[in-house]
Amino acid sequence: MPTWEYAPAPEARETARLRESYGMFVDGEFTDGSGSGSLKTVNPATEEVLADVAVAGQADVDTAVDAARRAFDSVWGPMPGRERAKYLFRIARIVQERSRELAVLESLDNGKPIKESRDVDVPLAAAHFFYYAGWADKLRYAGLGPDPRPLGVAGQVIPWNFPLLMAAWKLAPALAAGNTCVLKPAETTPLSALVLAEICRQADLPPGVVNVLPGAGETGAAVVSHPGVDKVAFTGSTEVGKQIQRMAAGTSKRLTLELGGKAANVIFDDAPLDQAVEGIVNGIFFNQGHVCCAGSRLLVQESVYGELLDKLKRRLGTLRLGDPLDKNTDIGAINSAAQLARIRELSEAGDAEGAHRWSPDCPLPDRGFWFPPTVFTGVSQAHRIAREEIFGPVLSVLTFRTPAEAVEKANNTPYGLSAGIWTEKGSRILWMAQRLRAGVIWANTFNRFDPSSPFGGYKESGFGREGGRHGLAPYLADDGGATRSENG
Amino acid sequence: MVLSARTLDSVTVTAVAPTGYADVVRDEATLRRFLHGLPGVDQVGAEARAAGLATRSIKKASKVWALELAIRCVDLTTLEGADTPGKVRALCAKARRPDPGDPSTPQVAAVCIYPDLVGTAVAELAGSPVAVASVATAFPSGRASLRTKLADVADAVSAGATEIDMVIDRGAFLCGQYGQVYDEIVAVKEACGAAHLKVILETGELSTLDNVRRASWLALLAGGDFVKTSTGKVSPAATPPVALVMLEAARDFALATGHQRGVKLAGGIRAAKEAVRYLVMVHEVAGEDWLDPALFRLGASTLLNDLLLQRHKERDGAYSGPDYVTLD
Repeated sequence: MPTWEYAPAPEARETARLRESYGMFVDGEFTDGSGSGSLKTVNPATEEVLADVAVAGQADVDTAVDAARRAFDSVWGPMPGRERAKYLFRIARIVQERSRELAVLESLDNGKPIKESRDVDVPLAAAHFFYYAGWADKLRYAGLGPDPRPLGVAGQVIPWNFPLLMAAWKLAPALAAGNTCVLKPAETTPLSALVLAEICRQADLPPGVVNVLPGAGETGAAVVSHPGVDKVAFTGSTEVGKQIQRMAAGTSKRLTLELGGKAANVIFDDAPLDQAVEGIVNGIFFNQGHVCCAGSRLLVQESVYGELLDKLKRRLGTLRLGDPLDKNTDIGAINSAAQLARIRELSEAGDAEGAHRWSPDCPLPDRGFWFPPTVFTGVSQAHRIAREEIFGPVLSVLTFRTPAEAVEKANNTPYGLSAGIWTEKGSRILWMAQRLRAGVIWANTFNRFDPSSPFGGYKESGFGREGGRHGLAPYLADDGGATRSENG
Repeated sequence: MVLSARTLDSVTVTAVAPTGYADVVRDEATLRRFLHGLPGVDQVGAEARAAGLATRSIKKASKVWALELAIRCVDLTTLEGADTPGKVRALCAKARRPDPGDPSTPQVAAVCIYPDLVGTAVAELAGSPVAVASVATAFPSGRASLRTKLADVADAVSAGATEIDMVIDRGAFLCGQYGQVYDEIVAVKEACGAAHLKVILETGELSTLDNVRRASWLALLAGGDFVKTSTGKVSPAATPPVALVMLEAARDFALATGHQRGVKLAGGIRAAKEAVRYLVMVHEVAGEDWLDPALFRLGASTLLNDLLLQRHKERDGAYSGPDYVTLD
């Protein structure tokens, strides 16, 4: 009997309505800016140039922050919460209406498989707007004081791993709380944030409330250090997060950071093994491992190690790597040449330090940036691949003997963003959750997100929470942080 | 391997088990410890995995291939009190030639009927590769003595059935009498002789996925050639999470013992799209060896016509319509 080959099932690229060039979004208009040049964003699966995107320089940042300030003072800040909510609901609905376009665009620009952009990124982005729209007129019941007020202008810098979703995570709570925003999308993935800007305009959001400024690190630095910015929110690497914190020190800016992670995914011998395997796959191979809360360190109880590894390897053999637009693709492209180089460098360090590398038989396309799903066994806490964030489809497998040892190893990292616990014993889940120093702890699941659930880190993974009631706190003050009372 | 002879309902049952598993079926307590020692199934996770597999997009040549395989895996079924020899003859004609307008259409795997109609079907299907499967063991409830169940099986086999679809004693299973369930399956298997045995778990009555995994292992240890979801008389019947757990059990059993055993999904599968989704699950969970009527079956009646309609559509580029498939 011949093998069953699934025929290609690609989404049409035209659905993305890609344009040759994109401007920045300032004060309600798309503009080419003050002439700080442009960047070319490429499809990481093919290395073809997708579009030319105007880069925002210092002058553009000044214009955007001024526009945001005007919008805050004159329109958005004074607007009753129930009115702001209408705009957010409208944005959420338009995101849903344009979901297919956004999903294809996201997969083209980022390299992630269409099934993820379609089933995770875009629906969750819409869900965040819906969720925070509901809060806009209920801020005084959020447990943040009797009369919480917006801070003013928020400068927000987001990463390339979930370009649209991170924009939604940043904009939705800020806008619901009455702030105005200057958002800088990542240099390699600016397109979906610009379409989101277009959606804001489609929703008749008043000019200046949301501004989107594409660019690289310089643009981001100009945004976060701008004296007119009251609040800085950053998601990205721990290294850049530290620079931003230094910059914000001694200013009145409020700051939240959502940084890297090296999450432990802990498998006990009484775990539901088949589902644990799915959780491991979802933990580290979801979005090619470009996930700050990825379960990149697998901690397996020694008594079940062999059985689990056999199951995991068999499962990895069924993963389909290739064209991100194909609906049957499980693993897409690495976002950039630079990221691919970093993944390679750390993997080679794993080889050099004596860990054992394994990948399923998985041919890689000739063009584009690709890395096969990879499992390192024989990893110890002392190896770089057990300590440093790889941000790629690379799993480091360690073992433990007792629950206490699992806690000790799981916590033995400078990071503390997330962790996973797999056991059928409820009391052990609670025992572990009390001891793990991580902001998000999943039990018998991994990488599940919901707008009502707060998300954020301990230690070098940052501070501040996004999502849920907690996600409003970074955007509100109950002590006169702004000049106007919230009259929702 | 002969283990021990036990007497159940005045029938002597000789326990057998695959190599390496003799100890497991030695007595009730050991069997229970083994079944309860299998890894648990997290329902939320199993449902998520099943839903994820259902998003596979099967198009063009891969769809035609799947539709034809699904036809070859069909156990064309009628299990009604109102069944007559005429109805069974019509069913057999459909099984031999599902699509009179297109001789390239594959034949189905078997027809599945009640024991008293086996003779009719055997006569109709003489000389064709289509097998005659009979339900037995006081189908669908299984509420009869073991002697009656075995007589039911013997009737069907002596009338020429080459496949027997038995039901397990769900009452015994749910009150933890795994040894009794095991012994009954062993006795039925012996009564089958050369006939293939499909063991119906009636998963809609077992209720939890942990039970589905345990019952699957129990049936496979007892010598069932197939595990089958449902009688079709209880709702829910075949569901994606149940199919997932049974396919995992068949895969794990093969890895542990070297014996590949089949999985049959029955009850409520009416659309070709569902059948193709189940084939995706078979492919990615059990493995491509199971993409074969020897190891995978779909119990169905109305499903067959939808498979034929979808095949017309792939062939002609347009739907033909319900008047272009035969109603039997």
